[in-house]
Amino acid sequence: MSSARRTFTAGSRVLHWAMAVMILAMLFIGVGMAATVSDRYAFLVSIHKPLGIAILVLAVLRALNRLFNPPPPLPDDLPAWQQRAATGSHHLLYGLMFLMPLIGWAMLSAAPYPVAIFGPLQLPPVLPQNATVYALLRHAHTFLAFLLFATFLAHSSAALFHGLIRRDGVLQSMASLRTDEANDGA
Amino acid sequence: MSSRLSIVSVLLRFAVIGAAALAVAAAFTYVGGWLTPRRLTQARIMDAFARQDGAHPGFRRNHAKGLCVSGWFDSTGAATLLSNSEILDAGRVPVIGRFALAGGMPMQADTPSAVRSLALRFLAPDGQEWRTGMNDIPVFPVNTAEGFYDLLLASKPDPATGKPDPNAMRAFLARHPETVRSMAIITARAVAPGFAESTFNSLDAFRLVDAGGRSTPVRWAVVPLGSPPADAAAPPSNAGKNYLFDELIARINQRPLKWRLMITVGQAQDPTADATLPWPADRAQIDAGTVTIDKVSSEDGGSCTDINFDPLVLPPGIEPSDDPLLSARSAAYARSFTLRASERRKKAPSAVTPQEVRAGGKT
Repeated sequence: MSSARRTFTAGSRVLHWAMAVMILAMLFIGVGMAATVSDRYAFLVSIHKPLGIAILVLAVLRALNRLFNPPPPLPDDLPAWQQRAATGSHHLLYGLMFLMPLIGWAMLSAAPYPVAIFGPLQLPPVLPQNATVYALLRHAHTFLAFLLFATFLAHSSAALFHGLIRRDGVLQSMASLRTDEANDGA
Repeated sequence: MSSRLSIVSVLLRFAVIGAAALAVAAAFTYVGGWLTPRRLTQARIMDAFARQDGAHPGFRRNHAKGLCVSGWFDSTGAATLLSNSEILDAGRVPVIGRFALAGGMPMQADTPSAVRSLALRFLAPDGQEWRTGMNDIPVFPVNTAEGFYDLLLASKPDPATGKPDPNAMRAFLARHPETVRSMAIITARAVAPGFAESTFNSLDAFRLVDAGGRSTPVRWAVVPLGSPPADAAAPPSNAGKNYLFDELIARINQRPLKWRLMITVGQAQDPTADATLPWPADRAQIDAGTVTIDKVSSEDGGSCTDINFDPLVLPPGIEPSDDPLLSARSAAYARSFTLRASERRKKAPSAVTPQEVRAGGKT
């Protein structure tokens, strides 16, 4: 008889790692483009916008995927405060991966800047022009980017804590390269 | 599932985790510029303007004194030979613009020699947009963001004399021969009596791209329709503080003002990455259409106020060149816009007030 699944599905793992790379790249691109007036500025901005929209699309897919493929449970012997920290930080990560691209889109709309994605492809504005709203969203975008980076550091450190110190299979549940889930519990 | 780790092993593993997090955080800090205080950033350019011109919350950090206008662009369609931009198709698109004086002093008195600018935003019905900021000088004084920053620092008025330190300027010019050359061209220009008679140049090069992907280097200018103006190096004897803007208001109230959008077609050997260098005078020009300005309003409540005339807001069919100033302007303008959008409640009234515009340009 099968025990509870102990790893994330292959699809969940692909989504997680693809988005991990994209979001981390996005944070570095964002902080880098805000601190240069060189040619890199225009180049980084031209990546930042389409990459942000791609993350938003994947975040939707990922939330849907999570509904149909819930994550494996954390180990029973994990202290309650760590359980709560895990749940809370995962909610925060999910919230921010939606919020950051939406705020970016909304602040460009309010500025107003055209939301240029690629070539002639352009997204419609989601807010009417309003400089005060723009300023508010622009500052929120920076603040939440730092919060997202801090949450990423906590998340990846916690993952390594599970993998290197607790060695409880939690890191393996996401880091496993196995595709044959039938053997996962073996 | 796992054997117990020794205490030393646990500590070592914690150290590994901490080091990994620290390494990523350090890389992030480096990319964000916090470890490289000498890197030229948006923040340093904004600081240089504040040191040069003082703090003027709510105003643009450069070209701070201005006036909003609006009208339309009647395209001849002639530029569609080189570009598939819909804005350059024959037809009419609305235009919002802003006349301004260069520099970060929103209350500076108008003078003939102050660099005048015209920024335009063309907005096609389908949302395609073209923003351009142009100046009445034939070439730009510097060709890099670093040159611009150094020139700002060298132009900083000495608190004792109120004038720039001549030694600082000499040292700057010794390091920037391109500025010596371009300033000679700039100071030799004929100064038009007012905004209405001024020609405004893109200075930076761009590229027009046609449907087949063929890319052509260009610069553009808006040239006033009418007879060429007399040189007016001296202001009128009764010149008020806003005499250039007041005259512009009066002229627009009389009849709409028109400029021809002339696109200069560069050749392969023409410099696109150096705005201090003029192109040969014999380059072909395309008459792309006519910009008509028929309405004027103060910046306070005006439609141009909340527009950042970012030179990299370009429609498909117009692309940036390799001119490094384009990226620098885009980056700095965006920061200036964010700052002033955050400071709206602290903003003092603009020099040219709604009352002054309603009075037809009389102070």
